[in-house]
Amino acid sequence: MDWGNILELSLRELVGVQAIVFALAAIGINVQFGYTGLLNFGQAAFAAVGGYGVAVIVTTYGWSFWLGLVVAVAAAVVLALLLGVPTLRLRADYLAIVTIAASEIVRLVGRSAWGRDVFGGSDGITGFSSAFYDLNPFTEPLELGPFEFRERVLWVLAVGWALVAICTLVVWLLMRSPWGRVLKAIREDEDAVRSLGKNVYAYKMQSLVIGGVMGAFAGIVYSLFQGAMQPDVYATNFTFFAYAILILGGAATVFGPVLGAAIIWFSFQFIDLALRGAIGEGYIPDWLMDSNDTGAVRFMLTGVVLVLLLVFRPQGILGDRREIALDAR
Amino acid sequence: MPADDLTPSASLTAKREAAVAALADVPREPGAKKPDPILVADDVKRHFGGLLAVDVDHVEIQRGSITALIGPNGAGKTTFFNLLTGFDRANSGSWSFNGRSLHGTPPFKVARAGMVRTFQLTKALSKLTVIQNMRLGATGQRGESFWRAMLPFTWRAQETAITERAEELLARFKLDTKRDDFAGSLSGGQRKLLEMARALMVEPELVMLDEPMAGVNPALTQSLLQHVSNLREQGMTVLFVEHDMDMVRDIADWVVVMGQGKILAEGPPETVMSDHKVIDAYLGAHHDQSLAELEQELEAGTLTEEEPAAAETGDGR
Repeated sequence: MDWGNILELSLRELVGVQAIVFALAAIGINVQFGYTGLLNFGQAAFAAVGGYGVAVIVTTYGWSFWLGLVVAVAAAVVLALLLGVPTLRLRADYLAIVTIAASEIVRLVGRSAWGRDVFGGSDGITGFSSAFYDLNPFTEPLELGPFEFRERVLWVLAVGWALVAICTLVVWLLMRSPWGRVLKAIREDEDAVRSLGKNVYAYKMQSLVIGGVMGAFAGIVYSLFQGAMQPDVYATNFTFFAYAILILGGAATVFGPVLGAAIIWFSFQFIDLALRGAIGEGYIPDWLMDSNDTGAVRFMLTGVVLVLLLVFRPQGILGDRREIALDAR
Repeated sequence: MPADDLTPSASLTAKREAAVAALADVPREPGAKKPDPILVADDVKRHFGGLLAVDVDHVEIQRGSITALIGPNGAGKTTFFNLLTGFDRANSGSWSFNGRSLHGTPPFKVARAGMVRTFQLTKALSKLTVIQNMRLGATGQRGESFWRAMLPFTWRAQETAITERAEELLARFKLDTKRDDFAGSLSGGQRKLLEMARALMVEPELVMLDEPMAGVNPALTQSLLQHVSNLREQGMTVLFVEHDMDMVRDIADWVVVMGQGKILAEGPPETVMSDHKVIDAYLGAHHDQSLAELEQELEAGTLTEEEPAAAETGDGR
């Protein structure tokens, strides 16, 4: 087994595009769920709307890439308002139900034959990312020790991590402000916050919109990287990966989602390659598993790790144990 | 102990005497007109299915006084509270605060108008520290707007002022040593104190306390009562729900009795308390006796003779 190679490929994933995409999605969920207590189970819809925003504007209608970005963000805001207006006055579980349904609706409309002319059906849309790559200032691959990043990837990584940094900074600034204090108070008890003269509904809406826009960023980055907008990428498991990442890193912590995303994608790659290596060397017998099973087994192992984490460190990696202890009271 | 905590009894009686004097000529009857009402409610009704939980014809709350709203469990006290503060919607009726109609006003606007409530089940915000709980109470915070929140220099000065005011209040409520603890780590009584102090951060004119003494040990009850009467000393009006008459006697200037959703009686504590009809019919004939005493009476055979008389005065219950 080539441990050096396994480690190198895994470390690439630590800072890879997948980590960026899910870090962005998880930062959005962190604002909504971690700080405000809103159960948005439809982050995939926000990501899909972001991806479609750019793809439809550029490929379907042939308008500018920049307009596409604006439309993508605006569409996420509209989606948040659409989901929030009827549900945010109700208990938290209603938002959960509505968002999980909405995320499937967005995906199914996107891949439907009916909307094929606009959304490209189940094949999705391609050919909208050239404007983005035309902006690429990197003209040659970057070599960092054993790592080599091609120009194209380098550009996505630079833009992606810059977005992650900006989103993290915004969350950090917001959550140490009186505005963030209201959000955290709403998570604890919204009636108490109402009784103190705060418009809880407006704050929840703002939280849903901000988290949704960050979700749209995730979709934009991913579809630009792929050069294609495929609806089935944004199924419900997209949302639940983001939740797993948030809980791993630590909900209601500023860096939790970023750390969680990096660790998850590193682990996926590492487990996968290590298992393949072990099978190749014959350490794992054929009757137990073969190299086709590694994809499933890595999820199983990740699941076990998450369960262990919730048992022994329920606050996540960066969370504050004292806060969890309060729940037991 | 801070000087302003337990106010000298001289000034306490002065304010109290003023409140009592203002109410001296008010007739002792349900729906009595007050000389200077801060809150007026008319014909407030709330149905829960077939049950008429609140059916208040007319009630006025005198400014600068402590008014107790008492009545047995299920009398509709908390529901009436919820209606007045916008946490529940009335089926009909109107009420005004300082002459401004509050019918259909959402809770946060009621609070901003100067009418702040607490809850029967204390709502301390567990994962916020005590000082954060307090800061949250301040209204008109610039840093609570989304865009300005990201520019700390726009709200830092105000935050400092709010923190100072919060610390003064914490000292008065003897929570200053808990300043940086999570509110969830406080004892039940301390949470009650925190909730009251937090409500004061809103700078209300009318403080509405829903069973402030519920589930608090007797020693702390005295301190809580002292804090409640201090609110009047500072010029606030207090309306509080309580079902224990003894609590009410010491601090209330006026008592409103509710039962079955209606206002049954009004008057100064002594008058209402000595009104045996009210006591017997709505707090039970033996409300001030322990079960052991009742058992003794039952054995002695005296209990059965009182019972029919009490039942007859029950106003058609």
